[in-house]
Amino acid sequence: MNKGIIKADHLSVSYNDMTALVDVSFSIPEGSFTAIIGPNGAGKSTLIKVMLGLISPDSGQIRINGVLPQKLDKRYLGYVPQFKTMNREFPVLVRELVYSGFTSSWPWAFGKEKNAIAIEALKSVKAGHLANRPIKNLSGGELQRVCLARSFVKNPSIVLLDEPAAGIDAFGEADLYAMLENYQQEHKATVIMITHDWQVAKHHASHIILLNQKLIKFGEPEIVLEEQNIRAAFGHLGHSHPYRKNGIVNV
Amino acid sequence: MFDFLDYSFMIYALIGATLISFLASYYGVFVVERQMSFLGSGLAHAAFGGIALGLLLNIEPLIIAVPFTIIVALGITWVKEETQLSGDTTIGIFFAVSMALGIIFLYLKDNYTADAMTFLFGSILAIKKFDLYAAGFMSFVTLLTFPMWKRWAYATFDKELARTDRLPVLRDDYLLSVLIAMTVVISIKLVGIVMIAAFLVIPPATSRLLSHSFRWMTILAVLISLISAYTGLMISYYRDLPSGATIILVESVFFIFAAIYNKIQNK
Repeated sequence: MNKGIIKADHLSVSYNDMTALVDVSFSIPEGSFTAIIGPNGAGKSTLIKVMLGLISPDSGQIRINGVLPQKLDKRYLGYVPQFKTMNREFPVLVRELVYSGFTSSWPWAFGKEKNAIAIEALKSVKAGHLANRPIKNLSGGELQRVCLARSFVKNPSIVLLDEPAAGIDAFGEADLYAMLENYQQEHKATVIMITHDWQVAKHHASHIILLNQKLIKFGEPEIVLEEQNIRAAFGHLGHSHPYRKNGIVNV
Repeated sequence: MFDFLDYSFMIYALIGATLISFLASYYGVFVVERQMSFLGSGLAHAAFGGIALGLLLNIEPLIIAVPFTIIVALGITWVKEETQLSGDTTIGIFFAVSMALGIIFLYLKDNYTADAMTFLFGSILAIKKFDLYAAGFMSFVTLLTFPMWKRWAYATFDKELARTDRLPVLRDDYLLSVLIAMTVVISIKLVGIVMIAAFLVIPPATSRLLSHSFRWMTILAVLISLISAYTGLMISYYRDLPSGATIILVESVFFIFAAIYNKIQNK
C-alpha cells in the first residue's frame, strides 16, 4: 500500500495558450482508491490523459510503475471513458464490446474462446445476462457496467475512470462503486477516478487529488477536504461539502 | 437466357459491377456509421472537376479524376481536423469549387454534352478495360488493407476511446478518405455522379437495419450491393434502361423491405 505506483513530478501541461496543469507533483500508493476532484477546467481530464499517454507534458513527467505512460504495456491499464464520445447506435453486441477491451481492437470473428473471456468479465459486474444484447438497448446504468467489464477484461493493475457516475441513478451508482471496490480488493488494483461528488470521494476514496490547475492538496480525505483547501480550489464551499449542512456552512 | 454474355460490353459491365459494388458497400459501411454520406456526394462532384479536365485535355478522365479527387478528400479531412469548420461546411466548399472548375473546363471544350451525360448519370457502355483494371487494383488494395477493418471499426464506434488505445486514428482517417475517394471515382461510370452517394449509402443502411454487429453489417451490405447490381444490370439490359438508376432503384426496394422488417421486429 505504501509504494508509489503513479508518480507525478513537477508536471505542467498547456494547450495553445491555455494552461491546464502547473507544477503538479504527487505519488499515488499502490492499491489505493484515489479520487481526482476540482472545479471545471481544473485539469482533471488532462491529468487522466497524461496518465493514458495521450498528452505529453510541457515539463515534468508522470511515471507509472517506473515507466513513462507511452511505453507502458496497454494491458496494465484499464480505462472507463465518459459516454459522450461513444456512438451508442453503433451495431455491436455487449460481448463484442467487452472483448474489444481485451485486444484494443474490434473483433471480426467471434468464437467460443473470445465469448468465454467476455462472459467472465461481464459476470464479474453481474451483467452476464446482457452478453447478447445490442448496446443501443442498454440503459445508462447497464452501459456503465458493460464499460466497467470492458476495463476489467484484461485484469489491469490500474483502473482509470472519468466521471463514471455521470448519467446513472443513485442505485446504479452505489452498485458501480461496490463492483469497483470488489475488483480493487480481489486484484489488489489501484483505482483512480475523476468525480465531482464530495460524498463519493469522502466515502470511497483512500486518497484525494484536489486540483485547480495547481495541486491544492493530495492525501487522505480527512486532510484534503478541509475548508481552506476547498476554498482554495473552488473559491467557495460546494453544496455537497461535508461542512455544509442544511445550506449553512457548519465548520 | 444468358445471351447478354455474347456482348463484350456486358461482360465488362458484370465484372465492373461486381468489383465496384463490393468496394462501394464495403467502404459505405464506414460512410454510414461515421455519418459522412455527404462526403460521398461531395467527392463525386469533386471528381467531376477532374473528369472535365481530362475531357478537355483528351486524356482518359480517370487518370486526372483519381488524383484530383484524392487531393480534394485530403483537403476536406485536413480542414475538418485542423480548423473549427464542420465536415459538411468543408465538403460544401470543395464540392462547389470543383463543380465550378468542371463547368468551366467543359465550357472550354466543344461538343462535350454526350460524354458529360455519361459521367453524370452513368452508363454500362462506358465501362472499358481500363476501368476494370482500376477497379481490380482498388479491390486488391482493399483486400490488403482488410486487417485494418478492426481499427477502423473501433474508431468508428468511439474515436476518443480508440485514441486511448493508441490507435493511429488521424492517419487512418486520411487513409480511409483516400480509399473512399478512389472508390467514388471508380464507381462514376457505372452509377453516375448524381447517384454515387446513394450507391455508397443504401446497401449499408439496409444491412444496418438487419444487423446487430458491425461484422454482419459489413458482410450483408456487400451481399445486398452485389445482388442489387446484378439484378439492376439485367433489368437495364432487357428493358434498355440506364444502369445506375436501375441499380439504385433495386437497392431501394431492399431498403424498403428492411425498414418494414425492422419496424415489425421492434414492435
